[in-house]
Amino acid sequence: MRTIIPFGPQHPVLPEPIHLDLVVEDETVVDVIPSIGFIHRGLEKLVEKKDFQEFVYVAERICGICSFIHGMTYCHGVEQLMKIEVPPRAHYLRTVWSELSRIHSHLLWLGLIADAFGFESLFMHSWRLREKVLDIIEATTGGRVIFGSCKIGGVRRDIENGTLREIAAKLRDYAVEYKDLGNVFLNDLTVKRRLCGVGVLSGPDALGLGSVGPMLRASGVAQDMRLLKYAAYGGIDFAPVTAEEGDSYARCAVRIGEIFQSVEIIRQCSEKIPGGAIEIKVTGLPEGEFYARTEQPRGEVIYYIKANGTKNLERLRVRTPTFANIPPMLKIMTGCQLADVPVLVLTIDPCISCTER
Amino acid sequence: MIESQDFRETTPERLIGEVQGMRDAGYRLVQIGATRTEGFEINYSFDRNLEFVNFKIRLADNTEAIPSISGVYWSAFLYENELHDLFGLNIKNIHIDYQGHFYRVARPAAFAEKPPPPKIKRAVKPTAGTEVKET
Amino acid sequence: MQKSPWIIHYDGSSCNGCDIEVLAALTPMYDVERFGVINTGNPKHADIFLITGSVNEQNKAVIKNIYDQMPNPKVVMAVGICACTGGIFRECYNVLGGPDKVIPVDLYVPGCAARPESIIDGVVKALELWEGKRRKRTGRESIQT
Ligand code: SF4
Repeated sequence: MRTIIPFGPQHPVLPEPIHLDLVVEDETVVDVIPSIGFIHRGLEKLVEKKDFQEFVYVAERICGICSFIHGMTYCHGVEQLMKIEVPPRAHYLRTVWSELSRIHSHLLWLGLIADAFGFESLFMHSWRLREKVLDIIEATTGGRVIFGSCKIGGVRRDIENGTLREIAAKLRDYAVEYKDLGNVFLNDLTVKRRLCGVGVLSGPDALGLGSVGPMLRASGVAQDMRLLKYAAYGGIDFAPVTAEEGDSYARCAVRIGEIFQSVEIIRQCSEKIPGGAIEIKVTGLPEGEFYARTEQPRGEVIYYIKANGTKNLERLRVRTPTFANIPPMLKIMTGCQLADVPVLVLTIDPCISCTER
Repeated sequence: MIESQDFRETTPERLIGEVQGMRDAGYRLVQIGATRTEGFEINYSFDRNLEFVNFKIRLADNTEAIPSISGVYWSAFLYENELHDLFGLNIKNIHIDYQGHFYRVARPAAFAEKPPPPKIKRAVKPTAGTEVKET
Repeated sequence: MQKSPWIIHYDGSSCNGCDIEVLAALTPMYDVERFGVINTGNPKHADIFLITGSVNEQNKAVIKNIYDQMPNPKVVMAVGICACTGGIFRECYNVLGGPDKVIPVDLYVPGCAARPESIIDGVVKALELWEGKRRKRTGRESIQT
């Protein structure tokens, strides 16, 4: 018998509103129809009202989880259009903050997925570890979730070299705890039974459906926008974390791997960071069009910036990773069990507020 | 510039052929987006191992019919419904057509409007802490 | 404190910043659960309705619906500057500028993002308000029947 079960927008496992109509046959989901728009604010249109330097604040508030990387991508795009050479020290600082955001975002996700499969103490544990990262962020920027430290032409605040080394040392200590946490996710029998073999996405499917980020890497495709060498990534030694199986377990493993990778990148930054200025004066107005692409915790984000030489941009378009990951999510949900739906929604690491802008 | 970006132009008639070519060459669909200029511009972006290609179509206005590429890239239906709802573009034969119910917005096709002259008006707000009557 | 308040949280087109701070307030570092505050998913169990974000056309009805389903007495809390005034998004074409355009709001917690400390403070204030409303409704001093 076919039944349609509405799922969301307000639902106990959903941190954010998205609505799915699940067509189920007995316990099996046979079709999923998403509808979105609960968070659509239309902020891309705000570029017409705010000038291009001021808009950094809006860009940061597209999403409160990857806020720094949103701001940075926007700045990166405008800087490319205006041919601004950002001082190398600013590049390194941006890298450090991006990686701190990645660590906190992945810990947040680990907590949420634990909550989705009903392991509440694990949720609390992940979020406890996340608070320590937020403390570092707060100490260096002043904000917990919205940093406000990126601007066109550089960054607003400096971190002293000594402090940077301390941060790297602290993270090395925390990494021991992350290991324990990762151990539970990857080796616990009950957790494995909820994740292994659930929602398998093959490599060609992942590419064909346009998925990005950990979703794509967990299906064995080593694509990572950080390889484009924006910010200081050109001077840093790293390789994308991948897994082969393409199931929920693999996605979990990729994200856990990336936490350690970020710790390592921050360590390299703390050693390689050059001295000098952290910002440069911006003169002139942007003109032309450019696609800025960077890697967020959830995957590739695209900022299309089109400017016509006035202080307001002509068009800003943001395509966020979750938007690109919705089609693969629909694909892995068809044929799954109803009880797995919350887990599958969460494995794409949905961030609805940036999806709809 | 750190990244070379390949911008190409095309027309609605040639679109499906070009997109099929990209699909066959193993490109990933990155995004579809539109811009309000004097008319409209639609951008189709693709990526293969960090190599970025963008196709642009120029239209005089948003009533012109554009073929859907959701037959080639299934995932395109999300972008195309978005373009329809926000820009009022007329995209034909979308795989899953929401008929304008994808985004429910206060003003349909608001992105198709030309930027209005700036006006700043503040709404009157209750002050924090005041008791509000229960309904 | 006579009662453990249960909270229902709804994201009315916020940027997520305030939502994760609301959740962070529940987790070990700030731990409002020690006061018996529980984040429930069911409006019928909730005493305090916590809304973040500037509210748009599409979730107007959802917010109204959740509000109507909550039992009386109830307290509505707007968290974050977006929910108070519309904040940075006030000029966006699709936002209404806060839940007070749809339902009566009793308490505003400002901040972008609102810090967990101020959210906890807000919840404590909301409890007082709740207590006042209860007295007015029942005319009884204590919660016992
Ligand atoms: S108040 Fe700030 S942090 Fe909170 S939802 Fe609004 S923009 Fe985001």
